[in-house]
Amino acid sequence: MQISGAQMVIEALIAEEVEVVFGYPGGAIMNVYDEIYKQRSFQHILTRHEQAAVHAAEGYAKASGKVGVAMITSGPGFTNGVTGLADAYMDSIPLVLISGQVPMSLIGTDAFQEIDAVGISRPCTKHNYLVTDAADLPRILKEAFYIARTGRPGPVHVDIPKDVTAQIATFDYSKEVDLETYKPTTKGNTRQIKKAIEAIAGSKRPLLYIGGGVINSNAAELVREFSKMTQIPAVETFMARGTLRYDDPLLISMLGMHGSYAANMAMSETDMVIALGARFDDRVTGKLSEFAKNAQIIHVDIDPASVSKLVHAHYPIVGDVKNVVEQMIPLAKEQIDPARYTQWHNTIANFNKLHPLSYKEEGDRLKPQWVVERIGQLLGDDANISTDVGQHQMWTAQFYPFTRPRQWVSSGGLGTMGFGFPAALGVKRADMERVSINITGDGSILMNIQELMTAVEFKLPVINVILNNNFLGMVRQWQTLFYDKRHSQTDLSIQPDFVKLADAFGGVGYRVTTKEEFDAALKDAIEKNVVAIIDVAVNRFENVLPMVPAGGSLFNMMLEYKEK
Amino acid sequence: MEQTERRVISVIVMNEASVLSRIAGLFSGRGYNIESLTVAPIPDSKYSRLTIVTSGSVRVIEQITKQLHKLIPVLKVYEHADLVETEMALVKIPMSESLGDIEALTHAYNGRIVNVGSDTMIVTVSDEPSRINHFLEAIKRFHPKEIVRSGSVALER
Ligand SMILES: Cc1ncc(C[n+]2csc(CCOP(=O)(O)OP(=O)(O)O)c2C)c(N)n1
Ligand SMILES: [Mg+2]
Repeated sequence: MQISGAQMVIEALIAEEVEVVFGYPGGAIMNVYDEIYKQRSFQHILTRHEQAAVHAAEGYAKASGKVGVAMITSGPGFTNGVTGLADAYMDSIPLVLISGQVPMSLIGTDAFQEIDAVGISRPCTKHNYLVTDAADLPRILKEAFYIARTGRPGPVHVDIPKDVTAQIATFDYSKEVDLETYKPTTKGNTRQIKKAIEAIAGSKRPLLYIGGGVINSNAAELVREFSKMTQIPAVETFMARGTLRYDDPLLISMLGMHGSYAANMAMSETDMVIALGARFDDRVTGKLSEFAKNAQIIHVDIDPASVSKLVHAHYPIVGDVKNVVEQMIPLAKEQIDPARYTQWHNTIANFNKLHPLSYKEEGDRLKPQWVVERIGQLLGDDANISTDVGQHQMWTAQFYPFTRPRQWVSSGGLGTMGFGFPAALGVKRADMERVSINITGDGSILMNIQELMTAVEFKLPVINVILNNNFLGMVRQWQTLFYDKRHSQTDLSIQPDFVKLADAFGGVGYRVTTKEEFDAALKDAIEKNVVAIIDVAVNRFENVLPMVPAGGSLFNMMLEYKEK
Repeated sequence: MEQTERRVISVIVMNEASVLSRIAGLFSGRGYNIESLTVAPIPDSKYSRLTIVTSGSVRVIEQITKQLHKLIPVLKVYEHADLVETEMALVKIPMSESLGDIEALTHAYNGRIVNVGSDTMIVTVSDEPSRINHFLEAIKRFHPKEIVRSGSVALER
């Protein structure tokens, strides 16, 4: 088939069974947009900012498990999208970003809207391409999708000069991807797995340390089975929320900086860490030399570079978590005695009793944690939950009753304010049956507020719940704790009228100060089925606790904060 | 602090435009040292070979090789233990210095005089990097005007 580069892009997206592209047009990508105009195979959602297009594609990818696709123009369009690329890279989200570039003849001349896009995206993508000949385009696009979704998933960027999108060449998409230099190991080494299971069977206080890789590899079901069968308790990282049900007796909670006391103590006391798709991030480990000091480490990960990067693994197992856990289950059934860990369960139960995750209801103001819990009570499994970044994000990770993988979409590695709303749009697009909630902050929501328009136009009724503390709360908390209450540039007393703002875009807004009002607003927003902002006035000075101060040891948590 | 070691790493990569920037970017982005880096196509193949001299703790070196491997166009990474390593140097020396003495010194380091002009001559040596260091120390007394080193190339024994 002899077609133009632009037509190839469309044909490739169709061949990849893409159902939605999030994007924003401009000069260098216009040939492709012209072909988008002519086709009916997939939907194009016009976000109102390129950053939002990429975040929406991330949200879509996370909720659906498919590769997200975003499309943007050269220069400023591309640079606007970079934050999304970096975000997807840090959180291993499969994504293909297609950007326009100035024509080949102008590359290197500082042409209008020219920027060295692949130079910029190199450190924040799994791989990138500058296409110099339309004849390469089918192969490159196919590789891009393949690389994005296989191995450790990640974003792939394809930069296409305008003249290449006009160039006619042969389109053949049937050839299988054959990359001599890229062959991810997916099955775990059998001998190593056997040794690991023997080690677990001999341990007294084993602990599953579940990371986001479990969600990415669709291994949650198997991990549930493994923990149930062996009765080994589990902690989840921030990224792994929803792997085990919130009410699973074996799930301790989240660990790390704002993890529960019991989760962090379990990690400090365990003699056998079974790390599944987790990467020993500094927000999880605290002080490395004190982390899981008494334990042997089994580390299962698809990315060899993650294994023993920060903490030495006694049993390194490189492979797809899903395959490895599948390989582990029959061996575990034979060798691990689930009755062996009763004592360990008791110890953990005691930690839980000593300092459970909790908050105090006091004063007239709503507590932000209550709002999160309440959404959980009212919607539970029926909602998908996205967040922005800050205190509201941590409270959501702590208090929402997650019931399934892919229910939880939040920016972990990069911590990108402005992620939540566009991501929630992508989540909604992937799962129209469920309510898509973005739990956000009064600071973060303004970082992609223009997406109200996208939500209205494309009928994506995301409900934004602002836990409004009139602060850049998380930064304010650090200033309170570590900077002697010098609240430098974090007071957000000056605010827009969020109700009017929602209204101005054609959505619906609520200002909420009581529990009754909150329930009513949420109910009404769901019924109205348009994009909503529920602006909840919450206690201004609430802190996220417990907390491991940066660089501190997990077992040394700040459990409460008393006004001095 | 963990002990740091000097290491020679060879990387076989696809011969494509952006590969050098990927590798250089990896080293700078992750804060790894590059003492020297050489690159040239492998004859009659679609690959190039890079020889990178770096230093770091055992853990850092392990990360370097793994991170290199993670780059899509990288085929193989060798972290050499037992290797033959060679480097070359070119030195420009004023003609006013003693030709005979220079020739003798250069010979001792597998070298020769490759160019003689009206004002300056150029000598070349090719040897192990530590011997190159010695040579460059010794040649100082002939007041070299310019020195260029190639960086190491290496092969496993
Ligand atoms: C793009 C970006 N800029 C700055 C930060 C630093 N930062 C982290 S949390 C935070 C405060 C967020 O405030 P808000 O959205 O109101 O959430 P809250 O903590 O009050 O719940 C800031 C500024 C960030 N994470 N992302
Ligand atoms: Mg706030």
